Parts: sequence; structure tokens; C-alpha cells
Amino acid sequence: MQGNIHSIETMGLLDGPGIRVVIFMQGCPLRCLYCHNPDTWSNEENTLMTSEELFRFILKYKNYFVNNGGITFSGGEPLLQSPFLLEVLKLCKQFNIHTCLDTSGVGGTINEEILKYVDLVIFDIKGINEDDYFKMTGYHIEESFAFLNLCQKLNKPLWLRQVIIPTINDNEEYILKLKEFIKPIKNVQKIELLPYHLLGVNKYEELKIPYRLKGIKAMDKKRCEELYKLLVDELITNK
Amino acid sequence: MMNAWRNFLGERWKNEINVSDFILNNYKEYLGDESFLVGISERTKKVWDKCQELIKEELKKGILDVETNILSGINNFNPGYIDKENEVIVGLQTDAPLKRIVNPYGGIRMVYKALDAYGYKLNPEIERRFVEYRKTHNDGVYSAYTKNIKLARKTGLITGLPDAYGRGRIIGDYRRVALYGIDRLIQEKQNEFDNFNGEINEKTIRLREEIIEQIKALKAIKNMALSYGYDISKPATNSKEAIQWLYFGYLATVKENNGAAMSLGRTSTFLDIYLERDLNEGLITEKDAQELIDQFIIKLRLVRHLRTPEYNELFAGDPTWVTEAIAGMTEDGKSLVTKTSYRYLHTLINLGPAPEPNLTVLWSKNLPDNFKRYCSKISILTDSIQYENDDLMRPIYGDDYAISCCVSAMKVGKQMQYFGARCNLAKALLYAINGGVDEITGIKVIDGIDKITDEYLNYDKVIRAYDNVLNIVSKTYVDAMNIIHYMHDKYAYEASQMALHDTNIERLMAFGAAGLSVVVDSLSAIKYAKVKPIRNCEGIAIDFEIEGEYPQYGNDDDRVDQIAVDLITNFSNKLKQHKLYRNAIHTLSILTITSNVVYGKITGTTPDGRKAGEPFAPGANPMHGRDKHGALASLNSVAKIPYEDVCQDGVSNTFSIVPDALGHNSEERIVNLINILDGYFKQGAQHLNVNVLNRETLIEAMENPNLYPNLTIRVSGYAVNFNRLSRKQQLEVIARTFHEVI
Repeated sequence: MQGNIHSIETMGLLDGPGIRVVIFMQGCPLRCLYCHNPDTWSNEENTLMTSEELFRFILKYKNYFVNNGGITFSGGEPLLQSPFLLEVLKLCKQFNIHTCLDTSGVGGTINEEILKYVDLVIFDIKGINEDDYFKMTGYHIEESFAFLNLCQKLNKPLWLRQVIIPTINDNEEYILKLKEFIKPIKNVQKIELLPYHLLGVNKYEELKIPYRLKGIKAMDKKRCEELYKLLVDELITNK
Repeated sequence: MMNAWRNFLGERWKNEINVSDFILNNYKEYLGDESFLVGISERTKKVWDKCQELIKEELKKGILDVETNILSGINNFNPGYIDKENEVIVGLQTDAPLKRIVNPYGGIRMVYKALDAYGYKLNPEIERRFVEYRKTHNDGVYSAYTKNIKLARKTGLITGLPDAYGRGRIIGDYRRVALYGIDRLIQEKQNEFDNFNGEINEKTIRLREEIIEQIKALKAIKNMALSYGYDISKPATNSKEAIQWLYFGYLATVKENNGAAMSLGRTSTFLDIYLERDLNEGLITEKDAQELIDQFIIKLRLVRHLRTPEYNELFAGDPTWVTEAIAGMTEDGKSLVTKTSYRYLHTLINLGPAPEPNLTVLWSKNLPDNFKRYCSKISILTDSIQYENDDLMRPIYGDDYAISCCVSAMKVGKQMQYFGARCNLAKALLYAINGGVDEITGIKVIDGIDKITDEYLNYDKVIRAYDNVLNIVSKTYVDAMNIIHYMHDKYAYEASQMALHDTNIERLMAFGAAGLSVVVDSLSAIKYAKVKPIRNCEGIAIDFEIEGEYPQYGNDDDRVDQIAVDLITNFSNKLKQHKLYRNAIHTLSILTITSNVVYGKITGTTPDGRKAGEPFAPGANPMHGRDKHGALASLNSVAKIPYEDVCQDGVSNTFSIVPDALGHNSEERIVNLINILDGYFKQGAQHLNVNVLNRETLIEAMENPNLYPNLTIRVSGYAVNFNRLSRKQQLEVIARTFHEVI
């Protein structure tokens, strides 16, 4: 089966443990305000590869996959191409390659089957209530909650991510709510607050898509670190 | 003698000159971590502070001083000191720190040029006598150069030839001075001279004359050391003497010679044996041990040669390539890591980061984990270490080889190298298209090649023409090298270095290639896209239009990477068809250091889309901005270039990354860098320069992107290539990476 791939980064050192080949899949049902990859939104044909072709490419990097390094599917939203994703994941597990899924949890059709072959889920929290989530993504929140619940049911290790945007969610009140939200979640190995940046803005200009966060500055990294301390205080250690 | 060798094990090294046997019998592998290391001593700090002041002044003035009344030589200068009472290791090239030597033996024109540039003049009496009575290497070379060589040299088809100054790249086994003392070394050479009973012919006459030169040099080294108050005729009896004796050996070399690269060799584990013995006997403490190493390294950091400003521009700064190879494994599978391997790297902390000495870690997947971690940590902190694949080189060179210059391996004291600069393969490709006519000067450099006049370039036709050009170029190149090294042996023989080699040695002749990625992408464009030359009125292609996409080197794509493998194998085979001076063995490197910028400057527009004058990628690196799948794909492409028997002088690759992209925190970064090195070398790659960049280097990367291929930066959630960002974004990243927001 063929997959539609946006691009491949062979040296991802941040999206999962160890050294990772990151596959950015084409297509996403969400339209997040802060998205720095608007070029992955459309379902139009980009680079087509069969699951075997992609797997053969991944295998070339096996020498670098120690300390749980391996493959990360990102995007776009990888779940949008679930049947293809499943084929590649199965091949990876056959060869003992660590697999990671970087997802918002939406758009999937066979999530339970997919998660059988996923070692780590990087789950992107877009908002913790219906309104905020819809404002941020243009999509309803239930599907992502359902996915998170499934991960819990299957005891999947999780990394949680939240992008912090000035004036939108860079306040202590939100962080404390987020903390309550995360508290009951099991198997959380890592939480990351990613400071909003402007490096995707020029892509919007190229694609002639209006940029909805115009005027908002990049998130101050130091402030983001302070918020992080507030968030993880006693959170991770209790897991 | 008994006292000097007390508690040392093994017999063979006592009966013959065999430092490797001594090391294997006596070194103590260290598997622990860096916690034993200590900071800079009071005395070292005083000495180093003074040096830093002088270095600052030197930077302002270009050079600090030159001795214009004396010419180069092992024992031609009065002793010099930095801060005599605080120096535990002594010896300077001249009578004052950073004061440079006039060495006219390679060529006097370079001396005039350099002195002129800095406002000095050679003592007229010395100049008169030298010019009247002495022929230089440069004069010799020009007495024999052919028309083809001169043309190739003029247009920059073959450049950087060591025909006007010292060739360098030779590594004396300076450890021999410490282990055996000078008298024993003289005795061994004398015995070989006396016991000769073979045929007297050109070869043996030359060798006999050289042995006598070597003996003279050894005596001069002894006298030079005496002028500092040390009698090095007998073996060193403790660690301080061992370092001092060894350094006198090296010092003699940089007083006598001004070669481009004057490597130190592989000394840390050798010296560790002496340091361990002294520590065990309670003669010294760790503080003393580190002080000795720090002060030795200070001396190496002060080595200078008199160069022209153009030379410094070519090689970015004032480099001397005092390369020291650290670690590696024995052939029995034990690591050669000792506490002194750590102590050497630790100088980068005690004295701060520095490009010299050129610390080179011989990496093996089996190096102790603690040592790998320490290297990785120091790399991230200082950017000052390069890595070379011991698992690849050990089967060829054994376990006592060192690195000359940047990537050239040779067995210490048993092999020497005839250095041979580089052939501009990209220019050669343009000659194939333009009928042997230089695209910049219009000079016809190669005869017998027809201009290609097709509207679109045909791959097979270009390949055939290129093959013909390379046949001729290889012959011209070999001719030049044979002449150069014949004359260098004759007029600028490195007696002090060769005295510290076996008498019967293997000679390697190291050819070089520049512009690999430019040619490979050009050929790929011609093969997979359509390339239309734009010709001037003389029919010379001065530009190219590329229609369509083509696979580019650096993306781990065999369609194009195989072109690189075939090209370089082919070029290597062509060179091997020509016999070399003194039966040297052909080797080849893909190494440009920073001269890729200058090679680019003198090369016209190429069919890959690179415009006239634009820099080449350094060494074997892919052209910047063309690797679309990130750094590992780029590393994998380079790893395909064959080392053994093809590029056996080295395949240089530079890798740059910002700390934020290397991992979330310091622990992750250390482990990730180790895994990158392990993974890269597991695939048979040879060399990796690692830059974990700080703010200043990022700014430089923005101005000179070609120097920083694969520069990866963290953009929350994923990593991007720095070179692909707009300037504005780069500025933003520079600010952001260092916790600032625009």
C-alpha cells in the first residue's frame, strides 16, 4: 500500500527517545492556530511511497537506533493514513525497531490495532475543554479524549506536549488546570511545554493561507520554563 | 639505564627500537570516569595568562615577531622562555615566545612575501650568503616542472602543491627520544650505516647520505636540549623528563621544518606509563601530573610558522595541525584509553578550547563507555575534538598509527607521507565539457579533448570525455608529485623527523581530490535531469540551465551516491597506473580543510547549478542545502565513499549541530552524540568533525553557510536545517537558541 509522505527527517533527536527517523505524513484534519507545518494540512499527493519502500529507507538507519532510538511517525496527522501506518509499524516491530507515534489522536480508523505496534505515544494536548479545543483546532475534542482513553486502557507509555502561546495559554491559571487534567493520566514519562515560535509564518505566506496569530510574539523561553516548573512540580515523580 | 627503565615489563623493546611493544607491555587501561581530574595549577595559570596576553597582541599585529638574523635549524637559536620560574616544561622555537623562524629551504620567495607583508626584512648578509650558495626546494622543482604541470598549477586544476614551502605531514616518533635517549638512537643509526654491505646504487647512496644527516640531526637535538640545561643522551628517568625529552624531539622538528601540518603523533598513552609509575612511587600527585600535561600542551599551542597572509586566508587562521591521536584499541581488543587520554582532553577545560593541538579521538565501538561519555561531553562543551574510525583503520595500520594533519593515518616511525595537496575535480569536469580549455582564463590546459557542442549534455558522452581528461590529469598530477618530493628530499630533507623513523620505511604518497560533491551532483543532473550549457562566443560553457529534478548527493540515495563511489574509485585507479618516486604507495583523500572556498572562487559555473566563484562543500560533505532528509542521510551518503585501497588517505566530513537540537538536556545530548558517532562509524565511515555550536558560530554559519552543512536547529517539536531558513529566520533562531526573543 502507498502512503503520502510530506518529508523525512533522519536525525530527530527530540521526538522520542534516542536517535529517531521522523516521518512527517501528509494530511491533517486539524487546523491549529499555531501550526508551523501548514504545508502538511492538505491531502494532496506529495511523495508517495509503499510501506516496503519506506521501511527499507528506515532500515538504513538501524545502526543509529540504540538506547530505544527508532522511528517516529509525525505529520500532519499520521492516524489519517491508518492502514498504511499499520503496515509500516508491523514491519518495524518485526525487526525490533522502537516505534513512536506523534499524534493529536484524531482521524484514526483502527486505533486499537495501530497501538498494538506502538511503543510510545507522543500526545499533543491542544486544549482541555471543548471550547478551547475547538478554537485552537477547529475540531471537536471527543475524538482526542477517546484516543487518550484507549492509550490508558492499553497502558501505552506517553509523552504529553502542549504548545504555549502568549496571551492564549501562557498563564498560571491554565497551567494549574492542565496540571489537574494530567494528574489522573497513567504512564506519563515526559511532559513538554513547547514555546510558540514564528518559524512557520513564512510558509503561510507561500501557501497564501491567512495567518491567524498575527501580532502575537514568540513565547519567551524562560517564562515557558517557569510555567513548566509549576506544571511538573510533584507531577512526574508521583507516577 | 636500569634506573630509567625500572619496573617496566617486556624485553623486545629493549633489544630493538620498538615503542609499540613497550606500550603494549606496560600501559594500564583506565575504565573509570573523569572524576580524578584536577584543575589548573597556580604555576600553569601564570604561564598561560602570559601566553594569552601575547596571543592577543599577536592577533592584533598579525605576527608578534620574527627572527631575521638566523635561519631555521635544530640548534640555531638561543633558549627561550615564557616565564622561566613557573615553566615545568621548557623549550621554544626561538629565543622568545611566538617569535617566528625564517625557513628558506622550501622556497625563499614565500619568505620574502611573508616578511614584506608584516614589515620585516631579512638580514642582508644572511640573505646574500643563502641566495649565493644555496638552492631551494622551490628552485629545484621549477628546474624540472613540465609545461603541463605549470599550466595545471596556473589555472588551479591542481593547487596547494607543496612546492614553495615545507611539505609537512611527516610524524617523527618523538617518544623514542624519551624511551631510549639520543645516544642509543644514534648508535642504532650508526650500526645500520656501518653494517651495510649491499650494492651501491642511486637508492642506497641516497639512503646512506640520509642516515648521516639523521645522525647529525640527533646530535643537534642533544645540543639544543643541553642549551636548556637537559642532557637527553640517556633515557628519561621520570615522567617530567619523559615529557620534556619527547617535547625536545618535537621542538627540534618545528625549529628545522615549516611543513603545513606537523603532527605530534600518539603520545598520551606512552606518557601515561611514566606518569603512572611516578604516581605509584609517590613521586608526584595528580596535580603534578596534570600540570605537566597542561604545560606541555601550552607549548604545542605556541607553535608558529612564518606564513603569508594569503596562506592564512586559505586555511582560515594560522593553523599548524599539531595533531595528536588519542585512544583507539589494541589489536587484541583492549582499549588504549589511559588516565592521560583524559588529561589531554582535560586541557580543553583547564586552558580553554583551542584548535591546537588538533585533538583527535580514535573512536571504536568498543571504547570504554566512560571515555565515550567524556569525549562527547567535551565535544559539546568545546567543539574542539575530531573523531576518526579506529575500527576501520586498525586492520590496515595496526595499533600504533597516528594521524597526520587531519585524516591521514600512518604507522608511527614506520611510514612517512609525501603530501600532495589536491586536484580540482570540478574544474576537470568543465575541461571535459570545454575541450580542455580553462573556463576562467581561456587557456588551453589539456590537449586532445574535443569540445562538447550538444544542445543538451549527454551523460555517456560527458563521462567518456571526463575519463579522458582524468587520464591526463592523473599523469600530470603524479609527475608534479614525483618532482616535488624528489626535490624536497634533496633540498629540504627533514633530518630530525626522519631520524625518529626506522631507516627502512614505507612511503605513502597522498593525493587529494576537491569538489567531489559538485562533480557528483553535476553528473547526476546531466544523467537524471536535462542540462543545457550556455556558451560564450568561444564556445566555452559559462552557465548551465537545468530542466527538471535530479537526485543529489547527501540524501542517502544510491542513484547519485554510486556516482560518487565510481568517480573516486576511478580517479584512484588512474593515479595508481603511474609509478611513484621511491616506490611510494598511492593514497587519496577527500579533504579540503577550508580551502573549498578558494577552490570555488577559481572555478566557473558547474552543471549542478553552483554559480562561478561559489564555494565547494568542504571535504566529502554534500553541498549545503541539498540534503533534504536531515543529517543522518547526509552522513550515510558520505559513509559510502570507500576508504580501504581507494580513499585510504581519508574522507573528511564535518557535522554541525546546536545543543538544543542534540537533545532535551545535557545527559541526552551526551548519549545522542555517542550514538551518532557509533552509528556513523559502524558503516565504515572514516572521519567526523563535530561542532556543537554556540552563538558566535551560528552567526558565522549565517554568513558562511557552506562551512556549516547539516546544521540542524531545534524548532519546537522537530528539527530543521539552519541553511534552509531565510536570513530573517536565522536571525531569529540565533536569538531564540540563546534564550532571547526578538
